[in-house]
Amino acid sequence: MTTTGPTTYVLRRVRPLGGEPADVVLSGGVVAAVGAPGDVDAPRGAVEVDGAGHVLLPGLVDLHTHLREPGREDAETVASGTRAAAAGGFTAVHAMANTSPVADTAGVVEQVWRLGRDAGFVDVHPVGAVTVGLAGERLAELGAMAHSAARVRVFSDDGRCVDDPILMRRALEYVKAFDGVVAQHAQEPRLTEGAQMNEGVVSAEIGLAGWPAVAEEAIIARDVLLAEHVGSRLHVCHLSTAGSVEIVRWAKSRGIDVTAEVTPHHLVLTDELARTYDPTFKVNPPLRTAADVEAVRAGLADGTIDIVATDHAPHTREDKDCEWGAAAFGMTGLETALSVVQQTMVDTGRMTWADVARVLSVAPARIGRIGHAHGRPVAVGEPANLTLVDPAATRVVDGAAQATASGNTPFAGRELPGRVVATFLRGRATVLDGTVLDGTVLDAGARGAGVLDGPAAPAGVGAR
Amino acid sequence: MKHLLSTADLSKDDALLLLDTAAQMAATQSRAIKKLPTLRGRTVVNLFFEDSTRTRISFEAAAKRLSADVINFSAKGSSVSKGESLKDTALTLHAMGADAVVVRHWASGAPYQLAHAGWLDAGVLNAGDGTHQHPTQALLDAFTIRRHLAGRRGGGDPDGVGADLAGLRVAIVGDVLHSRVARSNVALLRTLGAEVTLVSPPTLVPVGVETWPCRTSYDLDATLADWRPDAVMMLRVQRERMSGGTGGAFFPSPHEYTRYYGLDARRLAMLPDHAIVMHPGPMNRGLEISAEAADSERAVIVEQVANGVAVRMAALYLLLAGDPSAEGNDL
Repeated sequence: MTTTGPTTYVLRRVRPLGGEPADVVLSGGVVAAVGAPGDVDAPRGAVEVDGAGHVLLPGLVDLHTHLREPGREDAETVASGTRAAAAGGFTAVHAMANTSPVADTAGVVEQVWRLGRDAGFVDVHPVGAVTVGLAGERLAELGAMAHSAARVRVFSDDGRCVDDPILMRRALEYVKAFDGVVAQHAQEPRLTEGAQMNEGVVSAEIGLAGWPAVAEEAIIARDVLLAEHVGSRLHVCHLSTAGSVEIVRWAKSRGIDVTAEVTPHHLVLTDELARTYDPTFKVNPPLRTAADVEAVRAGLADGTIDIVATDHAPHTREDKDCEWGAAAFGMTGLETALSVVQQTMVDTGRMTWADVARVLSVAPARIGRIGHAHGRPVAVGEPANLTLVDPAATRVVDGAAQATASGNTPFAGRELPGRVVATFLRGRATVLDGTVLDGTVLDAGARGAGVLDGPAAPAGVGAR
Repeated sequence: MKHLLSTADLSKDDALLLLDTAAQMAATQSRAIKKLPTLRGRTVVNLFFEDSTRTRISFEAAAKRLSADVINFSAKGSSVSKGESLKDTALTLHAMGADAVVVRHWASGAPYQLAHAGWLDAGVLNAGDGTHQHPTQALLDAFTIRRHLAGRRGGGDPDGVGADLAGLRVAIVGDVLHSRVARSNVALLRTLGAEVTLVSPPTLVPVGVETWPCRTSYDLDATLADWRPDAVMMLRVQRERMSGGTGGAFFPSPHEYTRYYGLDARRLAMLPDHAIVMHPGPMNRGLEISAEAADSERAVIVEQVANGVAVRMAALYLLLAGDPSAEGNDL
């Protein structure tokens, strides 16, 4: 293993969570000092980073990433996807299970976990499949995945819904043994056979088969009631409709242990984009109406929706450069997520940077049970998993220039605010000056730390 | 006019120009020699990703009567599951120097993509895409309606040349949800000033129809009796809509469909004397339309087919020879 690259940084005049300027020293993989600007002495050999005006956040945590490896390395690999994650300010991602082979055994999740560790850009926490082969017929060996080296805590058949109610009930109950959570892709399959886009005014006009909001809402309603009945926690993936927000709000008011996520694209894009028939805008769940966009923003602002997760879904050009009806569902998002949240929630005055830290780091880390390492306060002794963002910068998104191996960003050509200046994983820069630092600077100590401090359950809970 | 993709894109002037040009084309078709030299040397490709012999031969006849070279390209199947992609097909046609591409595709939006993706310079003429649009069908329907009914208002040309369809009422009956014919007709008839009522079982009306510029009804008898349409357009019911298979049946049985939404002799008798009966074909006799209705004097179904050639000649002419400086640009 190489040991090149500095491990001590002094971040000057940065604003932790958007607050008062401070100097922050990162050393030995942790936050070594935090002080008023000028009050902190730079250790010898430290790299100085001028962060005037920049916001320092806990490293972002994505609860919903498709890394495509194993199986579709032509669309993305763990290395390329985690490199994109680092570029987007992430220090941890949860890799969805719909790979080939499916991540439904300890062997596959350990493979993905090891690929992530070897790449070294972010901590990769594999999501385990709920059912064997995502087939929705019988439970995968959830315990084996939980107790593997990958220590899986999030289980999902994402891409498919666990629509069988008894199977969903069993999954919700079973994962309690190791403090796991079932992350449901809420899509009633019979109501969405052949569906291509949100069912409504636009689908009626342009002749694409409709995907009704009720297909999502009916499953969420059922699942929150199941979670209440069996006393389990439930996570709702990529909620997209106003009705879904209402159901989750109701469930939380009843004390049901449910969390919910929204994607960046559902915070800003609408089904009007389907009029272009450009399959870049074909996604599951589909882009909804402007009223839905407003409802998910409101839900995120008031805490009904706990987190923003990217649902980063890279696809090859072949799978997108075709008829809408033949194209794959999904869009990339790791490198634009923070900017979209800034644009829709911060720049509009609906959220603070502390709220951004909550929805993009603290809460997803807590749901994924990696809160001991990620989503931590900017305080002395805490793991130095951090993101430095320049909110005043703007950029025009260029798919070809992104780190992800796929070009299916729906924001191509759009100007977005904010730029990730630096990302630190256990004190080591994975991004500096807005540039991803590749291979040679990967630090052995940081890698080793990944093995030792990797995903672990909170003390006294589950595991081994 | 560079492309003809959707009737929603047509202004009233565009639509009238197409119809009036079609009338000129139709007039030439009663001659012993039907062929015109207008598009000599131009190449029209009929690109069909979905079987439709009727539409293909109608376009083929139209192009040939304008002296264009016609290439028929049958590319059945999905671009992903088998064979060549839409993009490669388009690049191939571009390389061969196609001047116009007439495209029929199972995917809504495929003609739009061909016209806008930059793969192809040729004019694109939508010959039916998925459940989206079939603009030449709507144009030939409007042409037929105008010929029969616009002259009734007195004054002007007896065939309605130059006239719009203001004040006329058209009932479109059947599977609106899956019908590109209905979508195309609603937009075009509205542009031309006609009123439209869609009549369907509730399962075959799209969610979102409320923004369309038309009325909707679930009751064919009431529509015929109370609204008094000047034209009744029956839509084909696809066999797969009746089965309880994967999508679930849209109505309980063919008999029940016929009972409430079929045009039979009794309903035929409810129509005003001047009203015409239309069908885009192919018909399911005994399902959406009875033999009495299909073969009655009110039925203009065969005439629709003839008018289809004239309308497609007009569309090809305006797409390819619309530039008045172009050689041979006279009828």
